[in-house]
This record gives sequence, C-alpha cells and structure tokens, in this order.
Amino acid sequence: MSGLAVLEAQAAALTPLGQEMVAELQVDAAVAYGELTLTCHRDRIVEVLTDLRDRFGFQQLLDVCGADYPDRAERFDVVYHLLSLTRNLRVRVKVTTDEVAPVPSVISVYPSAGWFEREAFDMYGILFSDHPDLRRLLTDYGFSGHPLRKDFPMTGYVEVRYDEEQKRVVYEPVKLTQEFRQFDFLSPWEGAEYPTPPLPGDEKAIGSAGTPSGGKA
Amino acid sequence: MADGNPLKTADAVDDLGRIAFDAPDNRTAHAREMDERKFTINFGPQHPAAHGVLRLVLELDGEVVERVDPHIGLLHRGTEKLMEARTYLQNVPYLDRLDYVSPMNQEHAFCLAIERLLGIEVPYRAQLIRVLYCEIGRILSHMLNVTTQALDVGALTPPLWGFEEREKLMVFYERACGARLHSNYFRPGGVHQDLPSDLIDDIGRWCAEFPRALKDIESLVTENRIFKQRNVDIGVVSKEEALAWGFSGVMLRGSDIAWDLRKSQPYECYAELDFDVVVGKNGDCWDRYLVRVEEMKQSVRIMEQCIHKLRNCPGEPVMVEDNKIVPPRRGEMKRSMEALIHHFKLYTEGFKTPPGEVYAAVEAPKGEFGVYLVSDGTNKPYRVKISAPGFRHLQAMDWMNRGHMLADVSAILGSLDIVFGEVDR
Repeated sequence: MSGLAVLEAQAAALTPLGQEMVAELQVDAAVAYGELTLTCHRDRIVEVLTDLRDRFGFQQLLDVCGADYPDRAERFDVVYHLLSLTRNLRVRVKVTTDEVAPVPSVISVYPSAGWFEREAFDMYGILFSDHPDLRRLLTDYGFSGHPLRKDFPMTGYVEVRYDEEQKRVVYEPVKLTQEFRQFDFLSPWEGAEYPTPPLPGDEKAIGSAGTPSGGKA
Repeated sequence: MADGNPLKTADAVDDLGRIAFDAPDNRTAHAREMDERKFTINFGPQHPAAHGVLRLVLELDGEVVERVDPHIGLLHRGTEKLMEARTYLQNVPYLDRLDYVSPMNQEHAFCLAIERLLGIEVPYRAQLIRVLYCEIGRILSHMLNVTTQALDVGALTPPLWGFEEREKLMVFYERACGARLHSNYFRPGGVHQDLPSDLIDDIGRWCAEFPRALKDIESLVTENRIFKQRNVDIGVVSKEEALAWGFSGVMLRGSDIAWDLRKSQPYECYAELDFDVVVGKNGDCWDRYLVRVEEMKQSVRIMEQCIHKLRNCPGEPVMVEDNKIVPPRRGEMKRSMEALIHHFKLYTEGFKTPPGEVYAAVEAPKGEFGVYLVSDGTNKPYRVKISAPGFRHLQAMDWMNRGHMLADVSAILGSLDIVFGEVDR
C-alpha cells in the first residue's frame, strides 16, 4: 500500500471516530491530511483529555505546543498531540487563549505535560493554571520576552559576549553589522523590505513619488 | 536523621573536636545544618557524563538523591523561530543539527511532513535509500549510546572500539552527501542524489563485517560484572509510567511494550521489510542497553534487504519529477530555459505548500521524533514544532532518580539516550 493510499484509508477511518467524539465529548472535529483535529474551549481541556485517555484509549500525550496568530482576538493556539497505542491512532486537540487567560494544566491527566507547558509559557507567555512549577525552561536565566511570538524580532534584543576587561560575560543590546533582511517572495513586484531610514541614495526616489525608477519607498 | 547516631544525640564538641555527651545542644545553626547531611549540588553543565550541556541541580540526603531539577536550554538556538523565516528547502539543514548523532532521521520527519502537505509520493528507490540511511543513523546513535553508557559507569575501551565503527558509517554518509555530519541529504520529494553502485557494495561489505565488531564490543560490556552491577535494576520504568510520561522508542520497548512506528504506522517501505521489534523485560538500564544492541542487529538486517533491493533497481529516479517542487537536473538546465527558470525560482522563492497542518513522526533512534508543521500557504512554514524524544525522556529524570544513589544518576542519564541538540533545539 502506497503512502498516499494509507493516508486516504486513515482519513476514512478517522471520520466516524471523529463523529463519535463530537457526540460524546461535545467538541468540534475535522479530518485533514489524514489527521483528526478536535477543538474545544480551554476550560474543558482537562475533561476532554481525561475522556480521551480513559474512554477512547489515548494513552500518551506526546506533545503540547503553542502557536501564535496575532490577528485573532485570542491570539494563541495550544495544541495537544495524543497517541493511542491500542487503536494505533493519533488525535490533535486544540484550544485557544490570549496573553492573560490561563489554560488549565493537564499534568493531572498526563504527567508528561509538565515540561511542554513550561516551554509554551517560556516561548509564548501562555499561562497554565494549577501548574506546580511554571518557570522558564529553554531561555537564559533572567531572560525577558517570549521569543516565538510573531512580534518578537528574529534577532532578539540582547546579545552576550565575554568582556576581557571585566573578566566576565556581559549582556548588551544587539548590534547588527548588517540589517536583517527578509525578502518578500510572495509578490512579484516587491524586493527586500528595507527599514527606515532608507539606504543611502534612495532619498531621491522617496522625494519624487511616482517616478518610474521607483524603488520601494 | 538523628536516630541512633551519637553525634546527633550529644552534640557539644570542644576545641579539640572531642564530643561531650549529655551536653545541651549549643551548636550553631550552621553546624546543625551540616549534620543534616542534606546537600544541593550542581551536576554539569560541564560534566563529562552530562552528555552535553545539561545542568542538574541535585538535592541529596547523604548519597541518596531526593530531587533532581534538570536545567536545560544551554544549547537553545531558537531553531523553531529560525525556521519560520526560511523556505522549506533552507530549513532542512536545521534538522541535522538537532540530534547530531543521527542527522538523517530528523530530516526524514521534516520531509515526510512536507510531502504529506504537498500530497506527493517519493519514488521507490528514494524510499530504499532513505530507509538504508535511517538505519545507518540508528546504528550511529545506538553505537554512541551503548558505548558511552559503558563509559559513564567506568569503561573506557568500548567507546574507542565503537567509534571506529561509527567512523566507517560516517564515511558512508560522506560518500552519499559530501558531509560527515550535517548531511542535508533527504529533500522534500526524495533524496538529493543517487548512490553510486560501489558505495552500495561497500555498505554491503560493512554489513557483513559489522556483526563481528559488535560481538567484540558486546564481549566487553554485556556480561561485564561491573557494568551489570551498575545497570541491572537501576532506573526501573514500569509499563504504566512509560506510557504516562510519554516515553517512546527504546524507553518503551525496554519496559516490554512492543511499539515501533516502523511496524505499527509504517512509513516509506518499512512495511515490506522483514525485521523484529526488540523488547526488554524489566525496564531497567541494562534492558535498555540490551534492546539497543539487538536493534543494531535488526538494523543490519534491514540494511541488507535495502541493499539487495537497491541493486535490483539501478538508475531509477530518486526524486519526484515535478519541477515545481524539486530542482531540475544540472544537464537539463544547460539546455532548457524552462529548467533554468524553475531552478532559479526554487532556490530563491522555493515552493509553496497548501495551507493546513500536519504532524509527521518517525521512529528515530531515540524514540518518536515528530514534526508539527503549520503552513499558511506561503513558501515558509508558519510554525514548526519539533517534538523530540530526548525532551520527553529527560523530564523523567526527577522521578527516575529519586531514592537512587548519586552514582546512579549518570547510569540513568546514559540509558535515557539524551542528545542536547534535540532537547534544547
């Protein structure tokens, strides 16, 4: 059986299971790319995961992660990936939240959630209520900000170096020898997005709008 | 701690260090604290048995571990953030730098995720090459782990012997893709280049020789008295604990749960290959060592089958033929304008994936390695979450070590098979 046929068979098998879950757990279900995704309100996450574990046989929580959609009213997704060894199936559960509304911690259901929730807190600032130890996990001691948010700059705010005079590592604001360039390939007309102030020599193009030479102003 | 210890019941000590019994407890607070035998010590981040840059804050009562607080992130490079700013093809090398002892297995998961989004099927010969190199990666990783686990408990020779075999495998990596470690060989749609036939012959020859080398290493370690004393009944994981803590790979199989993604959710051509799932019995460090050794033998079996099949299909394509996804051949570019345009577009803009989200997982040597990929329909991933087995396993350090002796910490850590590239990302 080829890989694509396996995917189709999985999708066909997941649809009735998804409907069963919709009926029993009052969640929304969708099947895409051969994967089942459930969505529910964040206050019900503990209840839904408990039911998935005890009634549907999803024994393992393999991943919890955040995702940032700044345009939405509740900007964060928290995504749980579950695996059932007995059914040989995976399911994804998604809830939404924002910077202040806490998501109930699921450590009581799956102890493996501990570090994943710490990581989501560290990377996105998503709060988890009843988490016994919600410290930063991956970033530096004393780090501020949440680096995986879309509004956190790729190059960060501080950099470290060893200072020969002070004989210790010092923190300094990031100095870039070259401006970080992000090319927009999606539009055939736009080149690199240059920051203001413009590059030397481009002032003329800005002064006379509508000139055919028109670089990006 | 005071019971039965004369030092604790009568504690006044004179200037010469003699103990005066029946004296009132006039120790300073500091002295009383010292007698409690509670220690908090740092293990790492520069400890040779920490397998990289792990800092463990150990709370001890004498030599007994009471609590372990792993501090990770010292190797955090922001891979997931970087990947959001690069095209899919530019992202493949980042995957090499996660678990850097078996790079291609990581690339594999990422390529599978992209291929699922794009809905493309990899040609058969490419599947065989991928499986062949994934198994090489498995041997690379297991070989490093079992021998350094022996090193962690005091044996110096096994790693030296094991690295000799690893070195030969690295040469196979190099001959396939030009790099010993950071291969960037698996690409969305197949593998970058076909294998030359003499390389396939050499890998076949190695497969015939390797069991003897493995037997030599086993003769040093497996029944070694010290190795067994340090590993048998240490770090026992029950089935229930292994499931609840999200263990995968060898950590599950060591606890007698026959779960292997290559069998249960076969990807590529694993379904048609013949191999056994190895399980342990007791879930202790020694069982996990045995499972790894046996898995290396199974990997050799898989490799031999792949080599046989590869010899039967010489010259078949190793990439999908769709030039909207994979670049055209060099020779074609010299003649065809369209091929040149495709090449230019692919190496500047890259290909776009349809919007959606997928989770693709492979049985990496250390366990289930998953990539959760969210696409918004552009040429860059909107969000990549790398779900690394080492991360899930390392979080179990706390409860696995409680009640063990300080010296067992390094044995347990060694059996978890941690590589910091993937834990910290």
